[in-house]
Amino acid sequence: MDLFLQNIVNALQWGSFYALIALGYSMVYSILMLFNFAHGDIFMVGAYIGFGVATALLGFVAMTGIPLPGWLILILTIIITMFITSFVGIFIERVGYRPLREAPRASAAITGLMIGIILETGNLAILGARRLSFPQLIESTTYQFGGVYVTNKKILIVGVSLTLMFLLHRFIQKSKWGMAMRAMSFDFEAVPLMGISINRIAPLTFAIGSALAAAAGILYGLAYPVLDPYMGILLGWKAFVAAILGGRGSILGAALAGFMLGFIEIFAAWIFPSTLRDVIAYSIILLILTFRPHGFFGKAHSTQLRL
Amino acid sequence: MQLEIKNLQASYGKIKALHGIDFSIDRGEIVCIIGANGAGKSTTLRAISRLLPADSGSVMNFEGKNLLQYQPDKVVSELGISHVPEGRRLFGNLTVMENLKLATFARKDKDSIAKDTEQVFSIFPRLKERISQMAGTLSGGEQQMLAVGRAYMSGRKLMLLDEPSMGLAPLLMLSMFEALKGINREGTTILLVEQNARLALKFASRAYVLENGHMALEGPSEDLLHNPEVKKAYLGG
Repeated sequence: MDLFLQNIVNALQWGSFYALIALGYSMVYSILMLFNFAHGDIFMVGAYIGFGVATALLGFVAMTGIPLPGWLILILTIIITMFITSFVGIFIERVGYRPLREAPRASAAITGLMIGIILETGNLAILGARRLSFPQLIESTTYQFGGVYVTNKKILIVGVSLTLMFLLHRFIQKSKWGMAMRAMSFDFEAVPLMGISINRIAPLTFAIGSALAAAAGILYGLAYPVLDPYMGILLGWKAFVAAILGGRGSILGAALAGFMLGFIEIFAAWIFPSTLRDVIAYSIILLILTFRPHGFFGKAHSTQLRL
Repeated sequence: MQLEIKNLQASYGKIKALHGIDFSIDRGEIVCIIGANGAGKSTTLRAISRLLPADSGSVMNFEGKNLLQYQPDKVVSELGISHVPEGRRLFGNLTVMENLKLATFARKDKDSIAKDTEQVFSIFPRLKERISQMAGTLSGGEQQMLAVGRAYMSGRKLMLLDEPSMGLAPLLMLSMFEALKGINREGTTILLVEQNARLALKFASRAYVLENGHMALEGPSEDLLHNPEVKKAYLGG
């Protein structure tokens, strides 16, 4: 029983990473009907920017002697990094995707892959092949509940993720920008007729998705402090699987499927030899998609009208 | 002259849909374009709201400004030209109120939005009853009301209407046209395209007849109603 609960805690942590990244895939898909295949690499870039911001903040503390507590540095790092990384998303939309808006979807997909390669190898060229170690901003503490061990970092990771998802939900449901995003997911072409520029909604969507991926990057760095330029590939693909599993374009589906992916992986590793974890986990998902090809919240056919 | 169109040409890929049409509208007028299916009526409206690029050589001026220099969203938000498109194109996943709110996205005169919303509800009281219902669940008549209400909220100098009678029962059709007359009396110029030529000619003061991407006829509606060719082709003899 304790082991079961322990696994749930771990699954929630991994689910948080997947869900935060999957949201970015789904948001962009819902409004532009394309998957941004560079998104996993935006997660990586976010982790590196987070590294830079955290290092700078620590340097600032050391230089000025202002005793900022670790948790405050962490929160500042998350906020500043999300802000900076959102511009990476805006830039990618502007340079990579906007010129191809009328092009076949396959071209946009390939663009995403190319941008991903550029981000990975660009990082390698600038920072070199050495792996960076993410600064540990807060001291690790382990709490014991019965036989279950929970670190403060795990609580933080799940807590920050859920908070961000809640804020995203509020934004999409309550703000006029969120309303425009929902409208755009329903009927792309009718949006300009409301006096709304698609060239304002699309960058905003990329910005939010990238900011969430950046948050995931920092949280990931807290749990697994080694950064390398290719860290976004596998995680990105897995989050993409979550976005598909949730139902293409469904925000709620992406979040839920992200957590579900975490659970399937962790429990596959618990029951079977851990080397078989992904083989088994993704066979299960393949099976689910065989029976639910549109995912959990996907529509059988798109309601999006295009002329 | 509020809207002046000269030599308007537009194409879908290599197929030319409009072969250089000319027409104009004065402020406060109600003008209709009638024509058969595929004559280019919707294409004309889509070209004016810039959803479809006009081919080179086309001239479109609205209140002295070159329409061709405006993006589709700016046609609405800066020039005040609203468009009720073919098929209404409501956001079915948004409520009635959200659809109306969305139409004011770019408006800077925040104070008058509440007043305009009330005005929409006084023109179409049915919408007020459905205020928090999803637009996709409305009946055809209610959807048309919402589409017009949305256009009213987004821009009101010129309203382009694509087949407002489509799919409406005769009684609803008449009350819809009454509502449009009311909006026109407040100062909105109306350009509508219709397959229902008889209704459109009774409603509009002037009319154009579009045939295969060419303007075939024009004149006061009264004259066209009694024109033998129009009678034969569009009014059922």
